Amino acid sequence: MSKIKLREETGTVISILSRPSARYLLRRVVQSLFLILILIVVNFLLIHLAPGDPVHLLAGQSGDEKYYEFIRAKFGLNQPLATQLWIYLSSVVRGDLGYSLGYQQSVTSVIVTRIPATLLLTISAVLVSSIAGVVLGVEAARRENSVIDRSINAFALVGYSVPSFSVGHLLLIVFALRLGLFPAQNLSSSTQELTGLRYGLDVLSHLVLPVTTLAVVYIAQIMRLTRTSMLTVLGENFIVAARAKGLSEGRVLYGHALRNALLPIVTVVGHDFGMLLSGAVLVETVFAWPGLGRLMIDALAMRDYPVLMGLFLMISVSVILVNFVVDMTYSALDPRIRYGQTSK
Amino acid sequence: MNSKRRYLESVTPHAPFEIANEGDETISLVVVGRPGIFVRLLHDWAAIVGLAIVFLLVTLALSAPLLAPHDPAAQHLAERLKAPSLTFPLGTDNLGRCLLSRLLFGARLSLGFVGVASLLVLLVGVFVGAVSGYAGGFLDAVIMRVVDLVLAFPLLLLALAITGFVGAGIGSVLVGIVSVWWASYARIVRGLVLSLRERPFIEAARAGGVTPIRIITRHVIPNVIPPIVVLASLEMGSLLLAISGLNFLGLGVQPPTAEWGAMLNDGRPFLRSAPQLMIYPGLAISLAVMGFNLLGDGLRDALDPRLR
Repeated sequence: MSKIKLREETGTVISILSRPSARYLLRRVVQSLFLILILIVVNFLLIHLAPGDPVHLLAGQSGDEKYYEFIRAKFGLNQPLATQLWIYLSSVVRGDLGYSLGYQQSVTSVIVTRIPATLLLTISAVLVSSIAGVVLGVEAARRENSVIDRSINAFALVGYSVPSFSVGHLLLIVFALRLGLFPAQNLSSSTQELTGLRYGLDVLSHLVLPVTTLAVVYIAQIMRLTRTSMLTVLGENFIVAARAKGLSEGRVLYGHALRNALLPIVTVVGHDFGMLLSGAVLVETVFAWPGLGRLMIDALAMRDYPVLMGLFLMISVSVILVNFVVDMTYSALDPRIRYGQTSK
Repeated sequence: MNSKRRYLESVTPHAPFEIANEGDETISLVVVGRPGIFVRLLHDWAAIVGLAIVFLLVTLALSAPLLAPHDPAAQHLAERLKAPSLTFPLGTDNLGRCLLSRLLFGARLSLGFVGVASLLVLLVGVFVGAVSGYAGGFLDAVIMRVVDLVLAFPLLLLALAITGFVGAGIGSVLVGIVSVWWASYARIVRGLVLSLRERPFIEAARAGGVTPIRIITRHVIPNVIPPIVVLASLEMGSLLLAISGLNFLGLGVQPPTAEWGAMLNDGRPFLRSAPQLMIYPGLAISLAVMGFNLLGDGLRDALDPRLR
C-alpha cells in the first residue's frame, strides 16, 4: 500500500489538491477554523449579552473606577460593537484572554499552568482504558457466551452505570483512607521536596486512583464496542483464511481481526475526548487534582468570568482539534476509506 | 453515550463515524409499531431487570411520604452520625437527619428531574429538528450549524458553564442540561424528517393545502416520536449521571434539599468518619442508571432485533 500511496503523494501540489481526499482535508480544515472563529464570537457575545455592565464581568465588582477605565480602554468597551469584536479577536489570536482578578495573573498563564495536570490525567486514562478495554473486549469476543464473556459484560454494565464521583469516593475510602495504599489528594506530596525518579514515583502513586476512576467508564465502553466489532469481523472469510494458513490464534485475533475491528474503537476513543474532559472535572474535584476541571469549578465559585471564558474557549478549541485529528486517522487505519469519493 | 451511538448505528445506514461528523446524512426510520414489541421485551431478562429496577425506584419515589420514617429535613442533633437502628434504619447524617428518608425523598427529586429534563429535551429537540428538516434551505443550514456548535463542546462541561452563569439552583441545572442536550436530538430528528418529507402522505398533505406548521405537528412529528422515545430512554441514564454530577458539584439544589448528587456532596467532609453518607446515594444513583441502561438497551433490541 505504502509505495503506491507514496508515489501518488509525490505529485504536484495542484494534483494533490484535486484529489478528493485532499479536498476533503481542506474542507475539514476550513470547517474547523470556521467553528473556532464562531466559538470566539460566541464567547465575545457572552460578555455583552450578559445582564449588567460588561466591565463588571471582565473586572469583577471590585468597584475600582480606575481599573474599570483601564479595562474599558483595553477592550474598547466605549467603541462600537464591531470594533470591540475586532479588538477581542486580535487579542485572542495573540493568546491574550484577559486578566483574572481571582488569581491575580493573566488568564492565559492561569490556564497554561493547569494544562499539564489535566493532560497527565486524561492521557493516562485513555491509555489505560484503551489497552484494558481492547484486551478485555477481544478476550470476551474470543470466548463468546462463556463465563468469562459474561463476567466481562457484567463488569461493563456496572462500569458505565456507576457515576465517576461515586467510584472515586469509593476508591478513596478503601484504598487511601482504610488501606492507606495510595495518597488521597493532589498531584504530588507537598510535605517533602522530591526530585528525579522519586518525584516521578510520587506522582505515579498519586495518579493511580484518579486514573482508575476516570478509566472505569471508558474501559466498559471500549470493551463493549471492541467485543461487538470483533464478533462482526471474526465471522468474515479472511479470518477463516488466516486460520487456514495455520497462524496462531493470537496472530489471528490481534494481528488480523483487531486491525479490522479497530476503526469504530478509534472513533469512540477520539470523539469521547470531550467526555473525558467532562469526567475530569468530577474526578479532579474528588481528588483535589490541580487541573483544568478543578480550575473551572473554582472559577465558577469565585465568579471569575475571564477564566471561565478562557477555559470555555480553550477546551472547545482542543475538542475540535482532536476530532479533526481523529477523522484524519481513519484513512490511515483503513485504506479503503477515501474521503470525498462516492464509493466507500 | 455508547448505547446511544449503537442505537444511531442501528437507525442509520452509514458507518458510525459519519454520525459524529456529518450533519447531512439521512437516517432511515426503524420499523416500529409491529406487534410483539412488548412480548419481545419481556423475553429479554436484562430488560425485565431494568424495568423492575426502574419500576421499583419510581414506586419508592412516589410513595416516599408514606414510606419515609422521618421528615427528610428534620434534624435530630442528639442523634448525629448514628449507626442504623430501628428508628433510623440506615442511620443518620451529620445533622442527625434520617438517611433513609433523605434517600427516598432524594429519589423523587433525582428521578423527577430526569423525567422533566427528558421531556423538555424531547420537546425542544423534536420541534427544532422537525422544523429544520421540513423547512430545509437557509433555516435548516443555520439551525444545523448551531447544532454543530453545541455538539462541538463537551456536553457536561457546557451544561456546567451555563448552569454556573445562570447561578446555582434547581432551575439552572435544568436550563443548563436542556440547552445542551437538545442538539443531538434535533440532528437525529432532522435526519428522520428528511426521509419522511418525500413520502407520499406528506406530499398529499402539502397538495391538500395543509399549512407547514400543521404538517409538522400533525404528520411529521407523530412519525418521528417512536424512535426518538427509544433514544430518550437510552439517554435517561446519562441524564441522571449529568444531573447528579451537577448537583454533586454544588450547582443544583441547595441544602437542606435531599437529592442524591447533593447528598454525595453533603457527605464529603465526613468521608473518613462516616463513609456510608456517600455510599448510599452513590449506590442509589448507580442502581437507577443501571436500570435505565438495561431498559433502554432492551427497548432498542425489541424494536430492532437485527442488533442482537
